[in-house]
Amino acid sequence: MSFAKSVRSFFLVELVRGMALTFSYMFRPRVTLNYPFEKGPLSPRFRGELALRRYPSGEERCIACKLCEAVCPAQAITIEAEPRADGSRRTTRFDIDMTKCIYCGLCQESCPVDSIVLGPNFEYGTETHAELLYNKQKLLDNGDRWEAQIAANISADVKYR
Amino acid sequence: MADLFTTYVVPVLWIALKIMMIVVPLLMGMAYLTYAERKILAAMQMRQGPMVVGMYGLLQPFADAVKLLGKETIIPTGANKFVFVMAPMLTFVLSLVAWAVIPVSDGFVIANINVGVLYLFAISSMGVYGILMAGWASNSHYAFLGGLRAAAQMVSYEVSMGLVLVTVLLTTGSLNLSQIVTAEHPWWVSLLLFPMFVIFVISALAETNRSPFDLPEGESELVGGFNVEYSSMTFALFFLGEYMNMILMSGMTSILFLGGWLPPFGIAALGFIPGPIWFALKVCFVLFIFIWARGTMPRYRYDQLMRLGWKVFLPFTLAWVVLMAGALLYNNALPGM
Repeated sequence: MSFAKSVRSFFLVELVRGMALTFSYMFRPRVTLNYPFEKGPLSPRFRGELALRRYPSGEERCIACKLCEAVCPAQAITIEAEPRADGSRRTTRFDIDMTKCIYCGLCQESCPVDSIVLGPNFEYGTETHAELLYNKQKLLDNGDRWEAQIAANISADVKYR
Repeated sequence: MADLFTTYVVPVLWIALKIMMIVVPLLMGMAYLTYAERKILAAMQMRQGPMVVGMYGLLQPFADAVKLLGKETIIPTGANKFVFVMAPMLTFVLSLVAWAVIPVSDGFVIANINVGVLYLFAISSMGVYGILMAGWASNSHYAFLGGLRAAAQMVSYEVSMGLVLVTVLLTTGSLNLSQIVTAEHPWWVSLLLFPMFVIFVISALAETNRSPFDLPEGESELVGGFNVEYSSMTFALFFLGEYMNMILMSGMTSILFLGGWLPPFGIAALGFIPGPIWFALKVCFVLFIFIWARGTMPRYRYDQLMRLGWKVFLPFTLAWVVLMAGALLYNNALPGM
């Protein structure tokens, strides 16, 4: 160890400098959010909880083309369909296993009627696995609940598509 | 009967009251020391720290206490039950009894004994037994290694700490803590004592197993060190003991070097603020240094720790004792001469 270095370490020069640095950091603004009370910004393209949308008339958008079921790489979607009394083709069963879903967004990309979308909600943790096996009713409810934000997100993003 | 009352009952009640007056603020201070530590570390890392329980997380210490009390005490199968349970109690009790001789203000001390410094030193040396017992009784390799490290570390740093104390005693000529606070000495003595203050604070970090000398806990290599097998109340007692020891060491530092309950730098104009408040402020200042050091420095390696203790601090303090004694003698400033 050179003489100068010994002197420096003996007088704790580097330690004092380090302490001064940490002290100065105490007065910098916080970079973390107070999460449950404060939330960070989300992109319009954010891929969160799945939802099935309706038309403004209240009619469900899904026409049971099963493109999403076919494209889903995790095979999380199960669809069964038959013609309704008025002759239109509708799903009788639309199940999504949210524990299989990998949030790739391919179902949303493939949907010809913008029916299935990944909404902005990401806070839907549950205590049991079964609660994450969504059926058609749950997905439609999600769509009703988040429709305003989903529509806003889609219209914000539409010019880039 | 009246005689019994005045000679025994009243003094006992009076002492009990004095003990309560010291211990209750101490426990509250300890609770909020954990909170302060989390907040200060968070601030240094540009985080927010506990924010949810109560306003700005102010009730967090109580939530933690309730959580720990509600848990199950697990005693490992191979553990020596008696020693395993005794170890945290010993640590906690030792960190409390030392406060008997700490003068919080002029005349406000539970036991104003003339060997206060020796008593404090003895008690803080005993602290190592709690950790050693815990490490041995847990019947776990990690805990055992933590205990061994703690023993080696505390013994090494106690030596240089003792020599630091000797330099202070040279300037005061008394082992009574109250007299150490009130002792008058010329300005150059304070200047000469400053390096001893630095060494004392660093040794106090090592003595209380605080970062950067927290090898006995060493969570990155020893999981949790000596307290790895502890849970619930037994763990809480270790935790309390550690923080209590921090407060004790800060109290010792402020008495030996920072003038205890007196206003700082002898500014008489600040004398209107009562002594206990000055004392508490000085303790808080030293505690802040403890936490600040934790927020700044990484952990020492074991051999570095030993080298610092034996090959740097010990010769330096020894030389400083000689220098101090010589300077005092040359200037006829030795107390009692």
